[in-house]
Amino acid sequence: MTITINSAVKATLYIAFVFSTSVAKAQAPALADAAGSYRIASSSSIQFSVGQVGGGGGIAGRFAKFSGGFRIDGANIERSSVEFTLYPESVRASERRVEDFLRSSAVFDAANFQTVTFRSTRVRQTGPATATVEGALTARGKTRKERFAVTLTDWNRRSISFTIRGSIRRSPYGMDVGTPIYSNVVEFNMRITGQRR
Amino acid sequence: MLRNSETGFGWVTIVLHWTIGLLILGLLLLGFIMRRTGIDPALQFALYQWHKSFGFAALGLALIRTIWWLVERTPSPPASVSPLERKAARLTHDTLIVLGIVVPFTGWAVASASTLNIPSFFFNMIVIPHLPLARSETSENFWTFAHALLAYVALAMVAIHAAAALYHHFKRGDEVLTRMLHPAVGVSSGGRSARKRHDAAVGGNDR
Repeated sequence: MTITINSAVKATLYIAFVFSTSVAKAQAPALADAAGSYRIASSSSIQFSVGQVGGGGGIAGRFAKFSGGFRIDGANIERSSVEFTLYPESVRASERRVEDFLRSSAVFDAANFQTVTFRSTRVRQTGPATATVEGALTARGKTRKERFAVTLTDWNRRSISFTIRGSIRRSPYGMDVGTPIYSNVVEFNMRITGQRR
Repeated sequence: MLRNSETGFGWVTIVLHWTIGLLILGLLLLGFIMRRTGIDPALQFALYQWHKSFGFAALGLALIRTIWWLVERTPSPPASVSPLERKAARLTHDTLIVLGIVVPFTGWAVASASTLNIPSFFFNMIVIPHLPLARSETSENFWTFAHALLAYVALAMVAIHAAAALYHHFKRGDEVLTRMLHPAVGVSSGGRSARKRHDAAVGGNDR
């Protein structure tokens, strides 16, 4: 998710140039400024939704507890990496019954599998402020390659923010309960803020 | 053969009767199992959806059965059945006809009023819309209670109905049960002759 730094740098350089002409105070950050290690801040949000047949609400929820970090490689953005853990026990949904069901053996089986983890294996830039991050997603003891689309939204010296979207099929993880009433695809929508370590 | 006669049931009534009867008993069993605490949650979800699909099937057939019951003649009970028994039978049958429609409707109301808002996907083929009820915990609980209560009333009526049929068959030795197994033609010699007499008496000017 971190290859977007190139574009962040470009954007910042541009802003810096614009500002320097008028304010003459802005400093152009070096790439080294963005490089480094970040801790995923608790202010981040991990939301998901699952569509239902015939339209209508479907299942929507979020995870309250998660942790992780990422490293931005200043020399080679595509060698940047991210590591992420979320705790299904902390799932929040519209009501208790839905939360209990999501935690149960039918879905996350949180009693036996306390975490869902993601470890990036490949980062590729796809546009001025976008990238895809490929990696190994492990849930319910099954590991598969998944891909997320990352968009840089904000950046300063101390923190960096992205929105991350991904469509994950449930069935390979043994979580296909409720299909076809509920879609096999879970849409993830995350706003991740990294605090420089 | 398809239609009822003055003394016996036709195939339409017989097939509807036994199909709906099997559905009702299956739905009661399914409903009982799926409500058990400690049931596997994924299995429970699946059983609920099967219950809803079979429940809608039962509702559809019960509506057809009721229309058929209203437009088609009802055979007279055998002569050996007393007036009081006729009244009791009539009351039981009327109640079963009404419950056959009302119980599925209260189940539909549960799905409609539930805050879970789970679609009713009839055998994973057609989405059946919810009834226009407000979704709330109170409403869901009310309809759940009504559905369960009426289902148990239906079970009691089915038990009475079946016990009466068995009583007639084994104790009385009359044709109350057998005439719901197949149309009157070609039953016992008595049945056949009775049917023939009936056909001779009414045939020709009633169809």
